[in-house]
Amino acid sequence: MSSWIITNLWLIPTVPIGASLIILFLANSRRHLAATVAILGQITALVLSIAAFLPTLAAPGFRAVDNFAWFTFGEQTLQLGFVLDPLAAAMLMMITLVGLCIFIFSMGYMAEDKNFTRFFAYLSFFSGAMLGVVIANSLLLLFICWELIGLASYLLIGFWIDRPSAAAAAKKAFITTRIGDMGFFLGMLWLYHRTGTLLFYDGGRGCLESAALASLGASSTAIALLIFCGAVGKSGQFPLHVWLPDAMEGPTPVSALIHAATMVAAGVFLVARVYPLFSLGAVNGVTPSLTVVVSIGVVTALMASLIALAQFDIKRILAYSTVSQLGLMMVSLGVGGVAAGIMHLIAHGFFKALLFLGAGSVIHGLHHEQDIRKMGGLRWIMPVTFLTYAIGMMNLSGVPFFFSGGWTKEEILHSTAHWHLSLVPHYLMIAGVILTALYMTRQMIYVFFGSKRPAPDAHESPRVMTMPLLILALCSILFVLVLTPAWPWLHAYLNGEPARIDFTLLIQPMLFLSLALVAGGIALGWVIYRNANEIDPLARLQPRLFRFLENKMWFDEIYEQTVVAFSRILSRLSDCLDRYFWDGLVSLFAGIGQAFGVLSKGFDDHGINAGVDETTSGTRGFGRLIAAAHSGQIQTYLGAIAIGMLLLLVLYAWLG
Amino acid sequence: MTPTLQLFLIVSTALFSIGLLAALSRRHAIFILIGIELMLAAANLNFIAFWRFGPQPQPPTGVLVAIFSIAIAAAEAAVGLALVITIYRHYRTTNVDQFDQLKG
Repeated sequence: MSSWIITNLWLIPTVPIGASLIILFLANSRRHLAATVAILGQITALVLSIAAFLPTLAAPGFRAVDNFAWFTFGEQTLQLGFVLDPLAAAMLMMITLVGLCIFIFSMGYMAEDKNFTRFFAYLSFFSGAMLGVVIANSLLLLFICWELIGLASYLLIGFWIDRPSAAAAAKKAFITTRIGDMGFFLGMLWLYHRTGTLLFYDGGRGCLESAALASLGASSTAIALLIFCGAVGKSGQFPLHVWLPDAMEGPTPVSALIHAATMVAAGVFLVARVYPLFSLGAVNGVTPSLTVVVSIGVVTALMASLIALAQFDIKRILAYSTVSQLGLMMVSLGVGGVAAGIMHLIAHGFFKALLFLGAGSVIHGLHHEQDIRKMGGLRWIMPVTFLTYAIGMMNLSGVPFFFSGGWTKEEILHSTAHWHLSLVPHYLMIAGVILTALYMTRQMIYVFFGSKRPAPDAHESPRVMTMPLLILALCSILFVLVLTPAWPWLHAYLNGEPARIDFTLLIQPMLFLSLALVAGGIALGWVIYRNANEIDPLARLQPRLFRFLENKMWFDEIYEQTVVAFSRILSRLSDCLDRYFWDGLVSLFAGIGQAFGVLSKGFDDHGINAGVDETTSGTRGFGRLIAAAHSGQIQTYLGAIAIGMLLLLVLYAWLG
Repeated sequence: MTPTLQLFLIVSTALFSIGLLAALSRRHAIFILIGIELMLAAANLNFIAFWRFGPQPQPPTGVLVAIFSIAIAAAEAAVGLALVITIYRHYRTTNVDQFDQLKG
């Protein structure tokens, strides 16, 4: 069983991609069949993931690879492969489970969309590509799947192609992440140049194993940072975070699947996967590349939670909270808490999908209204959504004890507290926790509390949409069981250590600190936003600051004025170069050719053709002359004969 | 005046010339035929004359050729007249100026 799944790991991404291909060939009207195929594909992937998960439980630090040669050029053989280790297995479980919930939710949310089948084809395709990233044992295979994710996100963000804003958002997402991928690609080439292999693990010869790492030396920092560029793009880190909030133009299940639970997780996952590169030569767990990761993470986390405080679009708030949580995970990875970061990633996958689907449910119930100022009082109208959303909110805010998000966030705070370089990230993260609790409380109050009645026909969503919410809520709570310090099973599992049960560790000072922080944040939010109306209380208090945040710190405008303007000038310059210089050269040669053509035409016309013409007209004239002799008069002929005879006679007489 | 070869040749040349003139200048087909007969007669006269004034004795070759020639001339006249009649039926004229179907 265990060896079967390792040699057949490729099935996990292939099944959803195959399902997507089948759906693409279905007629637009075969809605039920399309959804069934997609969900069956996802269930198959889930079952296979469970089958892959089981052998990793056998021994701590289990790792199995299945490599194969892709092609050979010269003396080099390019190898791809699949790897199964705790990191991959845990990610597989999370992605397939969350994916399944979102697929089911989509059946309800997209029920009235005319491109229902296309949507499921893209979703399946995305899911397959993401699973491919997770189990890739080669940086190249990872990169291939990574780009497939980029393609899938482009297709899904721009799913409503008739909306110009959706098309623009899709383009923005694609181009922005491509900037990061450029770095990733360069890093990959450099790594291949130095180590001669892109396989992660290959029985001692892989690029993440000690022999190859030792040969890297000082260049490992640059390579790691280049690869980190890709993660910055995909995970929406500062300064490439601008695409993620815009990506909310896609349908809400897409936001849940791609821009909250899984795709953006790919960046964090990538850093975790190539962590040995980052931590090479670490002194007390500090390397230059990891310090960069921490700095970027801190900036991203704080910036995004500040911006989230001043947004009015329900999905945009969640998008910025995603950006901020991803920053938090990066910080965790940077300070050495890889397991903590991945745990938060998985927990975040559950509760952020839950929040997004909850937001989708609200939007669906309010007939596609997304402005939180026009909502309110929904807690009685949509009880299930309210309940599950509240659970998601508690998770995101980091309420400990019952919510997985709380435990993982605390784990991250722990890691930052033990960083040797500085404690600044730790305090900034604490500020981030308060901010998170604050903006989530604000959103809850705007959407679910208050006495407003937003729309007379607002309604709770059908069961096909509420069931996934309940499942995800349950997951995010039950997940706690493997997170607590009393039995830190997941932590040990990811780190490859045996887990011990010790209930005395359950209560720690940090727990009270974070409880106090979260409680403070929520209470602060309650005080500020209790009587919030059309005008945000913060806007009344600090209108300038609020406008700054509401406009996302003017990032789009700054980029428009600098990067975009620069590339516009550059493109105009190259346009001129093209149009006048290269085109001029081409025109010159064309002119020369044309002149030669005219010359040769003249020669043809007046030389060769004239000669032929003269010959023919001469022949014709001569013929006409001869023809004149043929008068048809018999007497003329006779006369000619007579003259001829006479001449012959004379000739005869003359010659003698 | 003794008949000499020259005399005969002059007569035959005159005869030939008259025939040729008739054949070339007359427009009526019958007259052309007559002109041709005259030229044949001139040729026959030459045959007889050269035979008569040639070395003696000799076989009567000239006479025989003349007789053949007369027979051929008779046949030719018959064919020629038949042609003239056919042409006349076709064109309703015997004026050779109007027969220009040989024009190339």
